[in-house]
Amino acid sequence: MMPDIVLVWGGILAFAVFAYVVLDGFDLGIGILVPFAHSDEEEETMIAAIAPVWDGNETWLVLGGGGLMAAFPLAYSVLLPALYAPLIAMLLALVFRGVAFEFRHRDPAHRRAWTWAFVLGSHVAAFTQGIALGTFVQGVEVADRAYAGGWFDWLTPFSVMTGAAVSVGYALLGACFLIMKTRGPLQERMFGMALILAVAVLLFIAAVSLWTPFLSPELSARWFSWPNIAWLSPVPLVVAAIAFGLFRSLAKGREGMPFVMAILLFFSCYAGIGVSVYPYVVPRTITLWAAAAPHESLAFMLVGTVILLPIILGYTAYAYWVFRGKVDLSQTYH
Amino acid sequence: MPLEWVSVLENLDPVLLARFQFAFTVSFHIVFPALSIGLASFLAVLEGLWLLTGAARYLRLFRIWVKAFALSFGMGVVSGIVLSYQFGTNWSVFSDKTGPIIGPLMSYEVLTAFFLEAGFLGIMLFGMNRVPKIVHFGSTLAVAVGSLISAFWILAANSWMHTPAGYEINAAGQFVPSDWLAIIFNPSFPYRLVHMVFAAYLATAFLVGAAGAYHLLRGSRGLEARTMFSMAMWMAVAVAPLQLVVGDLHGLNTFEHQPAKVAAMEGHFEAEMEGAPLILFGIPDMDAGEMRYALEIPKLGSLILTHELNGTVRGLESWPREDWPRVPIVFWSFRVMVGLGLLMIATAIVGLWLRRRGGLYDTPWFLRWCVAMGPSGFVAILAGWYVTEVGRQPYTVYGLLRTEDSISPVAAPAVATSLLAFVAVYLVVFGFGIWYLLKLMRAEPGGEADHKDEDGKASVKGIHLSGRGADA
Repeated sequence: MMPDIVLVWGGILAFAVFAYVVLDGFDLGIGILVPFAHSDEEEETMIAAIAPVWDGNETWLVLGGGGLMAAFPLAYSVLLPALYAPLIAMLLALVFRGVAFEFRHRDPAHRRAWTWAFVLGSHVAAFTQGIALGTFVQGVEVADRAYAGGWFDWLTPFSVMTGAAVSVGYALLGACFLIMKTRGPLQERMFGMALILAVAVLLFIAAVSLWTPFLSPELSARWFSWPNIAWLSPVPLVVAAIAFGLFRSLAKGREGMPFVMAILLFFSCYAGIGVSVYPYVVPRTITLWAAAAPHESLAFMLVGTVILLPIILGYTAYAYWVFRGKVDLSQTYH
Repeated sequence: MPLEWVSVLENLDPVLLARFQFAFTVSFHIVFPALSIGLASFLAVLEGLWLLTGAARYLRLFRIWVKAFALSFGMGVVSGIVLSYQFGTNWSVFSDKTGPIIGPLMSYEVLTAFFLEAGFLGIMLFGMNRVPKIVHFGSTLAVAVGSLISAFWILAANSWMHTPAGYEINAAGQFVPSDWLAIIFNPSFPYRLVHMVFAAYLATAFLVGAAGAYHLLRGSRGLEARTMFSMAMWMAVAVAPLQLVVGDLHGLNTFEHQPAKVAAMEGHFEAEMEGAPLILFGIPDMDAGEMRYALEIPKLGSLILTHELNGTVRGLESWPREDWPRVPIVFWSFRVMVGLGLLMIATAIVGLWLRRRGGLYDTPWFLRWCVAMGPSGFVAILAGWYVTEVGRQPYTVYGLLRTEDSISPVAAPAVATSLLAFVAVYLVVFGFGIWYLLKLMRAEPGGEADHKDEDGKASVKGIHLSGRGADA
């Protein structure tokens, strides 16, 4: 039996967004953590840890956005106006964050200023992405193939909380990535930060999980009705097991495992959001199938994607492998 | 916010604001990919020459220009992401209707070009000592090829908006694909692609040439300044005249598919003219529907467009006024682009003549002229972009979807606020960025003077070329 191509595209986009969240997540998280550097060298080390890879990481965001327009144009045309202000803020923040990598090295007189552009850009991008997530989960008003809500509908206590949750989550990813890439006092500090951030992330996960079902009666029915509750009940246990693994690896001073555990933690949350959202692409108003581009568009893209995505993953992995190990500040073109 | 300000904002036209926002953000954006396309190929050539000849000046030039490339590429990436989301924020109806066609083209750009560039950029910038030389060269090539693939897809998408083909319209009013090859290779695409890639190469050549000329004027004694000036002038000789030919073919293609745009470019208002003149200059008056103070060459307009002295040319009056583009913008931008193109050709010819006479590197007036021509290619690109995009108005998909029907259900205050934010941020960020580019180009390119022997090979003192020590 042929798998449903709409579903396949839903899966590909979900993968692209998750890849973005993890990969640029640790980039943005490091941006958030830069103020905790104790010296110029530490600051340089933190930024150099991602300098060779950030651009590839951010490309997943373009694939997510472009792919949404291509595969689910109706969803793209509804969600983006609904998220107008946070998205513009995110884009401008990413401008500052992105240029800062270069600008910091081109202008000693304004180096501090561009470092702050890097930090604030990372903060704002992370927070607005969290706001976008919250807005997405709580749903937006749709009428006649278009967004029908107001310009500040996205601003709710729930979306502000998801904004904070994503920021803290990214910082955790960033700290765990730095544990792999650094040594000495900086690494020790990142072990400590990761511990604190992990506790904060778990609190946020608990808060969002308890809050989400109350956003709409349909959501609570989805989580708490029989038989869903039966097969969903292990979810908290899985999260607890991952959290235990994370704490244990931090306590044992493992260098790679905390990052793996942090990714698993993100994945379990992501899967939980999937349960809350499926089969909608604009929650509770537009399903994947209603928003999907015609078969000819999806099929045309699928051929290339099936061939290209493994190749992309291959050379991306190679690029990471080239820059494996601890940050070496002497390796620069500046 | 005071109330008057709110009411001013609410009376603004959201369509005009959204158009202005797109024009502003795309104008800043287009400069950087054009420079990145040119520089990536330039860097690949430099690295290839270094591997081939072992001449240190190529490596040193690579080191200088790779920094400029990193700057330009970074600014291109961040300003490009803005555009990919602006389709949705400001032009959501356009996105919904053309998404099934434009979306896959842009997705292929991401999959075949953006990932390739981004994936190998890190190795190109930071990997000199981490990978074998040949892998590094392969990475530089991958970035260069990626930038060209990117041009391929984005210009396919853009060309489709000018000359849509291979589509049907479904019940929801969406453009849906019926023939992908016809969509990608739509009638204006081959011309636009070649014209744009040549423009990127020319613009980069004149920028690199200006840097070389600047250092020659300052008495730079290394071979680097000569090398970059010489390479730039060869590129100008090779491409500038060809660009005239390609531009002419592109114009004829436009005459066939978008005659109203050509009428605006030429400043022809009269509905039907036999033996139309070529208007060199004049002041187009859209209200009166005529060209004031026209300086014209009789019959040449018809000759160029129809290849007949008395050929018939349609003027703007043969279309309803609501289907006219803004004539003065198209008319003047076209003259700026063509004028700069002719100056580039002249520069290339003079450069070739000076080279044959042996005075390419020490003719001060020519060097000064080349410094002045540094930004010419980018100005020409922007002017050409305005010709074609303003000339497409009042449509987003030519003849099928009007601009005013493409916009998001946005309120003017939201668009105005985001526009102000973009203007403020772009002026600061890209203002600094362009200043840093100029700073990099101003830095003395050579270390110590090289000793040159007759066949141009350099023997270098104090530079250890073999293996890993090269990075010292």
